[in-house]
Amino acid sequence: MNQFRDTCLILMLCGTAVAHAHAHAFVDHAEPPVGHNVKQMPREVRIWFTEPLEPALCSIKVFDVTGKQIDKKDVHADAKNKRLLHVSLLPLAPGVYKVVWQVVSLDTHATKGDFTFQFVR
Amino acid sequence: MAVSKPRNRSVFAPIIFRGALPTIAFFTALFVSTENAFSHGFAGKRFFPATLSTDDPFVADELSLPTVSSMVTSDEGGTRDTEVSVDIAKRLTPDFGVEAGETFLILRPRGERSVSGFGNVELGAKYEFFENDEHESILSLGLGVEVGGTGNEQVGADAFSTWTPALFFGKGLGDLPQSLSLLRPLAITSLIGVTIPTSASTRTFSISEETGTNEVEVERHPNVLQYGFALEYSFIYLQEQVEDIGLRAPFDHLIPLVEFSFETPLNRGQCGQTTGTINPGVIWSGKYFQVGAEAVIPVNSRTGSDVGFIAQLHFYLDDLFPHTIGRPLLGAK
Repeated sequence: MNQFRDTCLILMLCGTAVAHAHAHAFVDHAEPPVGHNVKQMPREVRIWFTEPLEPALCSIKVFDVTGKQIDKKDVHADAKNKRLLHVSLLPLAPGVYKVVWQVVSLDTHATKGDFTFQFVR
Repeated sequence: MAVSKPRNRSVFAPIIFRGALPTIAFFTALFVSTENAFSHGFAGKRFFPATLSTDDPFVADELSLPTVSSMVTSDEGGTRDTEVSVDIAKRLTPDFGVEAGETFLILRPRGERSVSGFGNVELGAKYEFFENDEHESILSLGLGVEVGGTGNEQVGADAFSTWTPALFFGKGLGDLPQSLSLLRPLAITSLIGVTIPTSASTRTFSISEETGTNEVEVERHPNVLQYGFALEYSFIYLQEQVEDIGLRAPFDHLIPLVEFSFETPLNRGQCGQTTGTINPGVIWSGKYFQVGAEAVIPVNSRTGSDVGFIAQLHFYLDDLFPHTIGRPLLGAK
C-alpha cells in the first residue's frame, strides 16, 4: 500500500510539472521562404515558429551583403498568433539578404539561427 | 558510461521500486532548479539528436525508454542477443551531468534454452568543456563504470567492475560556404574511450566428469579501445537554415544517419580482434521526444552473422518538465 501511494504521488508530481510544457521553438516556415529567390520586394520578414514565444526576448535582424542592417528594428509578435514574428524592412535593392533570428519560447528555451533570401528583379 | 550502446546498462527502475521513500526524496531534489533553461543537443543553431548506437557528446536531461536491440552474435555458435534498456541522464550544472542505465537481456544460443536477466548497473558522468556556437562544435569528457556483481551472471554480467574514460566530439557543418549549402545540414559526432576491467582474468574451477580431477578455466579480460562516429543529415537544419524545399510534417523533422561503432581489444591475448557494426537508420525528432530505428550490420563474422536492429524512444526531459526536473540542479548558462 505504501509503494502504491508513493508511486501515485510521483505520478501526480510529474503530471503537475508537465501541465504547461512547451518546447524549443524551431522555424516552421518563413516569408520570404528560407533560401528562396523572390521577385517582389518584401516589405517585411515574417517567421512562423513551432512554439509560442516571449516577444520581449526575441529578435530578428536583416543584413545586406555588406553587413549593414536593413530592417526597421521593430520586431514584434503577431497580435493573433504568438508563434509568428514580424520585422519591417527598408526599401531593398536586388541582392542577397541574411536574416538572423534569436528567440525564447514560453518555457524559456532559447534557439537561434539564420537564413538567406535573394531579391531578384 | 557505456561508450557503445546499448549493452549492459544500469537500471534506474529497480532503485525506484526497492525504496519508495528514497525515490520520492530523489524526485523532490530534482525539482530544485535554477533560472534559464538551456537544453539538450544544441551547439549554436545546430540541434544534434541523441544517437542510438554511439553516445553523443552532450550533457542533457533525457530519458531513453526503451532502447530495444536484437542481433545474432558469434557466441556459442550463434546467439540471438535481445536487449531492452533504460537510460536516464540528468544535468547537475549546465555543463556537467550524470547518467544511469540498465539492460534486460534475453540470450538464445543456437539449439539451447534461452536465458534472461538484468545486466550490471551502469553509471556515468560527463563534462562539456568546450563549445563553439559559430562552428557548431563541442567537446566533452566522460567517465563510466559498469558496476560488477549487480547483474545476473547467467547473461554474462561480470563480477568485477569496468571503467571507461572517454572523449566525445561533435561538429556541425553549418559553417561551410554558401557554394556548399546542401552539405551544411551534415553533422558528425564521435567518441573514443578505453574500457578498463578491474580484473585481468577470471578463473573458474570445476571437476572433470571424465577424470574427476580439478580443472581451471581462465578467461582473460583485456582493455578494450572503444570508438565510433555518427554521420547525420538534418532535414530540420536544411529547412530552417539552408533552403525550404517544401518538406512538411513529419518529413521536415527527419534526420537520416549512419553510425559506426567498434571495439578493439588491446592486450591479454586478444589484441587487434576488432568487432563492430555499421548502423544506417533514421531519427524523427518532435517537441518532447524522438524515435529512431537503425539496422545493425556486423562488420565481420567475429561480430555476428545476421543483420539486426536497434530502436529507441527518447524523451527530452528539459522540454517535458522545463521548470522542474528538466533544468540543471545548480547554476545557469
